[in-house]
Amino acid sequence: MKHRIAADLSGLPTFGHGPRSPTWWGTLGFMALEGTGFALAAGAYLYLATLWPNWRLSAPQPNHWPGTIVTLLLILSLVPNHILNRYAKQCAIGPVRIGMVVMSLLGLAPLVVRWFEFPALNIYWDTNAYGSMLWVLLGLHTMHLITDVGDTLVLTVLMFTRHGHSGRRFGDVGDNVFYWDFVVLTWIPIYLLIYWMPRLG
Amino acid sequence: MSSADVTGDRHIPEPDPAKGDLAPERDGPRDTGMDDASLHRWLERTWRTPSGIVGALSSVDHKVIARRYLITAFVFLGLGGLNAVAMRIQLSGPQRGLIGPDLYNQLFTMHGVTMMFLFAVPIVQATGIYLVPLMVGTRNIAFPRLNAFGYWIYVSGGAFAWVSFALNMAPDVGWFAYVPLSGPEFAPGKRADVWAQMITYTEVSSLAVAVATIVTVFKQRAPGMSLDKIPLYVWAMLVTSFVVVFAMPAVMITSTFLILDRLVGTHIFNPAEGGDALLFQHLFWFFGHPEVYIIFLPATGMVSAIIPVFARRLTFGHLGLVLSLIAVGFLSFGLWVHHMFATGLPKLGASFFTASSMLIAIPNGVQIFCWLATLWDGRPVIRTPLLFVFGFFFIFVIGGLTGVMLASVPLDLQVHDTYFVVAHFHYVLIGGSVFPLLGAAYFWFPKITGRMMSERLGRCHFWLAFIGFNAAFFPMHLVGLWGMPRRVYTYPAELGWGNINLFISAGALLFFLSFVLFTFNLVHGALKGTLAGNNPWDAGTLEWATSSPPPSYNFARIPLVTHIEPLWAEREALPVATGLRVDARELLISTVAEAYPDIREKSATPSIWPLFAALAVGGTFLYSIFTPWAIVWGAAPIAITLIGWFWPKGDPEDQE
Repeated sequence: MKHRIAADLSGLPTFGHGPRSPTWWGTLGFMALEGTGFALAAGAYLYLATLWPNWRLSAPQPNHWPGTIVTLLLILSLVPNHILNRYAKQCAIGPVRIGMVVMSLLGLAPLVVRWFEFPALNIYWDTNAYGSMLWVLLGLHTMHLITDVGDTLVLTVLMFTRHGHSGRRFGDVGDNVFYWDFVVLTWIPIYLLIYWMPRLG
Repeated sequence: MSSADVTGDRHIPEPDPAKGDLAPERDGPRDTGMDDASLHRWLERTWRTPSGIVGALSSVDHKVIARRYLITAFVFLGLGGLNAVAMRIQLSGPQRGLIGPDLYNQLFTMHGVTMMFLFAVPIVQATGIYLVPLMVGTRNIAFPRLNAFGYWIYVSGGAFAWVSFALNMAPDVGWFAYVPLSGPEFAPGKRADVWAQMITYTEVSSLAVAVATIVTVFKQRAPGMSLDKIPLYVWAMLVTSFVVVFAMPAVMITSTFLILDRLVGTHIFNPAEGGDALLFQHLFWFFGHPEVYIIFLPATGMVSAIIPVFARRLTFGHLGLVLSLIAVGFLSFGLWVHHMFATGLPKLGASFFTASSMLIAIPNGVQIFCWLATLWDGRPVIRTPLLFVFGFFFIFVIGGLTGVMLASVPLDLQVHDTYFVVAHFHYVLIGGSVFPLLGAAYFWFPKITGRMMSERLGRCHFWLAFIGFNAAFFPMHLVGLWGMPRRVYTYPAELGWGNINLFISAGALLFFLSFVLFTFNLVHGALKGTLAGNNPWDAGTLEWATSSPPPSYNFARIPLVTHIEPLWAEREALPVATGLRVDARELLISTVAEAYPDIREKSATPSIWPLFAALAVGGTFLYSIFTPWAIVWGAAPIAITLIGWFWPKGDPEDQE
């Protein structure tokens, strides 16, 4: 088929931040499907909790303190996370490098405390269905925490190489910020479900 | 409409002055002012799949991946069909001794699992992988390496299931593997674990494809293809991908819970320890019902693509069709409990799901009437693709009617788990999806291979398939009403079901033969068919604007879209855009709603790492049916392969 030249795209930029970039949309897509997984797991927990009148099935209450510390750390981490985002948009390599190191540390810290959360549940996964659901919910979130921290570490190293000086890498930093928000936000309902729901009933 | 409207000239910004700590942009040659021959040479060198085995395994070309998907899914269709033939031979008379109950259980489970997870979903997604980037006028799918990864995971999942079958380790608990039958107490051994992990493989793959498809449609449309100019097939794939994103996690949760119960002793589905068996059914069908629409919606998109071409007019009720697709997508999540009417749910809940099951017939009806109106007002040219669309109308409407019957609780309770239900869902699935797929195969085969399939053989194929299908499945309604349960390996002669079952088996054989004829027509067409040219059907959408088969870069220049059927509106010459680099894989990112050009983005280069990553992930899944420590041991290889995948290699594509 014959062509008729009708537009010139040569002036377009070669990268964009946030919703302008396809990667942002891809990240959003994965958040949607992982969020659905979280919602269904939480739904399964609530389904069982409403099904059994004696829910918690005479298990002891979980100790909420490790979970509360993780929650505070995660909420606190949102501040440097968004400062990092601002520098990523400005493509400022120095502050972005510092920010990535900070976010790596703020990713590792809750992971360390998370280690103490499992015994603080005061029940094993194979004791009864209540224990199973607590371990499943906590395990599901821990998987996300581990993968995002791993991703952050690799990206931090990458930002210290010559590849860091590229618009796409700054875009990646922005998407990493976005995904960390997701990891923090999904934790809040799970935290309430694991530690405070049993205190209600 | 002028090209200024299409590109939204005010939206093309001036090149940014160097900002932040960026390496200076390394510019390369652009296509501006380049003559056609040099343009093709440059683009071919930049976009081709490298030669050799490693090159082939590294391919990220959406067309190459889609072809592999299509062929693999077709092989699984053949295998699933052979399962069915084996079952029909066993059932052709009372008390035949060909197949025992244990093998029969594996056969019907493998038939269902293969057809649903290894054939139907992958083949509709594969068709989308091939066509969506072409139809929206871009050069590759979004996240091409993720797409390649999805294929490798899918193949390994399919191989895992079928190797298990060869080892007498195939799942034998039905395609939905209800607990407690599939739980640790009643399913010792590894068969149910094979079911659970095969689900994980195939769902990872479909989710990857769904995300890639959504982003392709949102961000890579040709300039001017605003939401109202997106072809209906692309709309159908978009809605389907959203349904996948929200439905597939449910089955992954289900299968993960099952494997946890079986492997590490959780009690999620164990009522003795505070779990619940019905929870499994809720979670499974929250996926399982949308699954039907994941298979059906792309088929309606195919019908919407075929009908206007052969009716020789624009689709009647374009907006109504789009809204129907979206409505069906939403409503598909409100029906799952109608699979569970026999479990003794509260009456009010059952009534709600009866109502919603009937409600979904409305948007589906709107679609049918729009298609009929298009045909009625057009000048239909009856060729093989349209014949299959007619077959779809006939069979799917019957399946829809028995569906409305089954939505009523008292009737459902009577025929639950009988052959009436088997007849119903084969009418819906084969009528609703396989017939449009066969029509689509005839329709797009010339685009994929550059050659036509035989029209004469195509017509024979249609009639053989249509008669064979109805002969096999219509009598199942009757034998179901007479009380024959599904999933029994034989029946006593005194029940008098022998003759009708013999008839059904003969029909099934005829239906199977129609696929043999189809295969012959495919091979014959690919080797000896007449040359097709770019646009053999004089169709209007963008995939027909490029050569058949399309070059590795799809379009020499990115087209500009001014109309819903761009090639019908611009018969003289296609308006196109220039200004992209030819020495790097550059494609155009546009805005979500209006499709204004926004970014010159680099598309990923070929890479072997998605294959390695799939091997690492697949190996972890396989190992995990034996020990939970697989997740720990598998983490390192998965991390290494993912780093290899994402680490920049210094190609021009990595620079910006």
